[in-house]
Amino acid sequence: MNFFEKMFAIDRRWVYLTLFVAVVVSLLLDFSIPVPISKEARNIYNYIEGLNAGDAIHLALDYDPSVSAELDPMTLSVLKQCFTKDIKVIITALHQFGPALAAERIDTAVARHAALTGEKKINGVDFVYLGYKPYPVLIILGMGQNYRIPFPRDYYGVSLDSLPMMANIRNYSDVKAVINISGTSATDWWISYGNGRYGVPLAIGVTGVMATEYYPYLQTDQIFGLLGGLKGAAEYEMLVNTPGPAVEGMKVQIVAHAIIILFIVIGNVGFFAMRRSEKRKA
Amino acid sequence: MDWSTTIGIWVAAFLTLAIFSFLYKDNPFYKFAEHLMVGVSAGYWVLILFYTAFMPKVVQNLQAGNWWYLIPTLLGLLMWTRLFKGWSWVSRYPLAIYIGVTSGVAITLEMKAKVIEQLYGSIDLVTQMNSANASTALTVNNLIILIGVITALIYFFFSKEHKGATGFLAQIGIATLMIGFGASFGFTVMARISLLIQRLQFLMFDWINLPRG
Amino acid sequence: MKRQLPLAIIFLCGAFTLFQYFIPHEQSEYLYEFVALDWPPIIGVFALMLGIFSLIRVSWGKIRRKSENWPYAIVTLIGLAGMIATGLPGIGDHNAPAVRWQFNYIVYPVSATMFSILSFFIASAAYRAFRARSFLATVLLVSAVIVMIRFFPLGPLTDPVGTTADWVLNVPNLAAKRAIVIGVGLGIVATALKIVLGIERSYMGRD
Repeated sequence: MNFFEKMFAIDRRWVYLTLFVAVVVSLLLDFSIPVPISKEARNIYNYIEGLNAGDAIHLALDYDPSVSAELDPMTLSVLKQCFTKDIKVIITALHQFGPALAAERIDTAVARHAALTGEKKINGVDFVYLGYKPYPVLIILGMGQNYRIPFPRDYYGVSLDSLPMMANIRNYSDVKAVINISGTSATDWWISYGNGRYGVPLAIGVTGVMATEYYPYLQTDQIFGLLGGLKGAAEYEMLVNTPGPAVEGMKVQIVAHAIIILFIVIGNVGFFAMRRSEKRKA
Repeated sequence: MDWSTTIGIWVAAFLTLAIFSFLYKDNPFYKFAEHLMVGVSAGYWVLILFYTAFMPKVVQNLQAGNWWYLIPTLLGLLMWTRLFKGWSWVSRYPLAIYIGVTSGVAITLEMKAKVIEQLYGSIDLVTQMNSANASTALTVNNLIILIGVITALIYFFFSKEHKGATGFLAQIGIATLMIGFGASFGFTVMARISLLIQRLQFLMFDWINLPRG
Repeated sequence: MKRQLPLAIIFLCGAFTLFQYFIPHEQSEYLYEFVALDWPPIIGVFALMLGIFSLIRVSWGKIRRKSENWPYAIVTLIGLAGMIATGLPGIGDHNAPAVRWQFNYIVYPVSATMFSILSFFIASAAYRAFRARSFLATVLLVSAVIVMIRFFPLGPLTDPVGTTADWVLNVPNLAAKRAIVIGVGLGIVATALKIVLGIERSYMGRD
């Protein structure tokens, strides 16, 4: 067995340990990296900045805990921007394990806004949390007709007709945009059914795994902005001037990515060296 | 920090470590955490369905005298005939409504969003290239996109054997697809690492209170 | 009764929602809003509850038969019962503190950690399998590495690398994903048409 054969025969758990140690150490080290802002992220920020106080947007939080690391910072940053600008927010959570998560994040955003400004945002007045209903395709279409079809009551059981914020909101034509933050195919449904049928301006924040799939929709203006994974989340944290876990995560990403690229390089050097020695033997 | 949060953090830390232990090898701690999560999340789904869907859409509608909600309710109950041998075919009626409605909307709207709009987008690239102020870079990029889309579609077209000119174009198509898959891989690495970072942030800073870097 | 009527219902519902898109007349809007969009989610509540009942039945069957790993089925049932008990009417609801506690400290960490361990498998795959074996494999590898280093501070190379990564995402990646989107779109439409016309019936099962 030559050197490279031995190297590739090592237990995979050493590879795991290397990555683990790299992430732990880089979390403990005090350094930061610049986060350049992409056009796709800035478009969303500028769109919301361009709205007037009192305008409403729909924040569709379609994700569960398994991807919250990437998407929570987007949710909190968008909520911060809306609360600061006095923009009304309708929030839905169409993933079955999303409603409690969304409720927690809304509470966090409200508490942070209160700590920052002393102003308490009120459910039903400044934002409305509608929660979950099964079969997202039909719920997205239903809300396009009238929010009251799928959601006669909000997440807390209060009739929509009794909420002051909903008095002048019937369907998507009364909101300025839908911002869909998602880790599921719900994004496709928002594009096909929300934007496709009702023409509501749509922007998305999606997991890294999904991000590259949606570039074609940017060119066609079916979506006007895109936040992709933790990088997108970090960009939005920077835009709303609240660096948080996503920005902190980016410094770790660099180290972890470097380790993985190193693995690829070692793997390929070994591969070519072994192939050459096999050719020589032949 | 109140005691329920403290206990919660310790429970969460134990479960996090139990799942991580799978990296060493499959073991009872991992299986315990996995099965507990399945049970608790199924229970959570029951509550969400009951309080946020069944109560407002069925119970409160019927209480308000909207009797025609009895029809979807009965159709829903028919789903449960699946449990009885010999009667399970009855569940096809409610299922048929759902499948029919979603298929009908998909035909028009998926066609519009995924096919027609994308073709319009591609034609728009040609329009941009023909405009008076089109730069060389824009022309080249738009050409690359157009060639990429057409050749990748040729690669997906299996009714004609990939030989000769078709084979050559399909090769360009597959190379384009490979660039796309490479980009997806790059983003996927970032995605998975993000999840790891968050779990380690939890263990290091929320659980054992290490000083943040 | 067993097959023809469901097929007729599918055709009627499918044809209705298909044509309703083109003819948004007041009457058709009424039917669209109050039947097509309102009924299926209600039916869905019962269907999904049935799914959860099946989980209970399977777990209970495992325990009764003492099949492999049956004690874990008890864990599943205890978890399920515990969650439902804390949200029972009179005790709490879907938003009760005890429900949120179980969600935050059981569902959340397990679910998040399960997906996070995939990062280790990716690292292992990068080490063992990500090889430039052929021209196409090299194209994939180069594209992946460019995207991976796009946010690295590389001194004078930072901007060129960032610009190249942006180009990869907005030009060839866009082309590849557009071809896939068009393919997927045509696939969905063809399948939906086959279902509405009664050609595709596999969802009905046997008998």
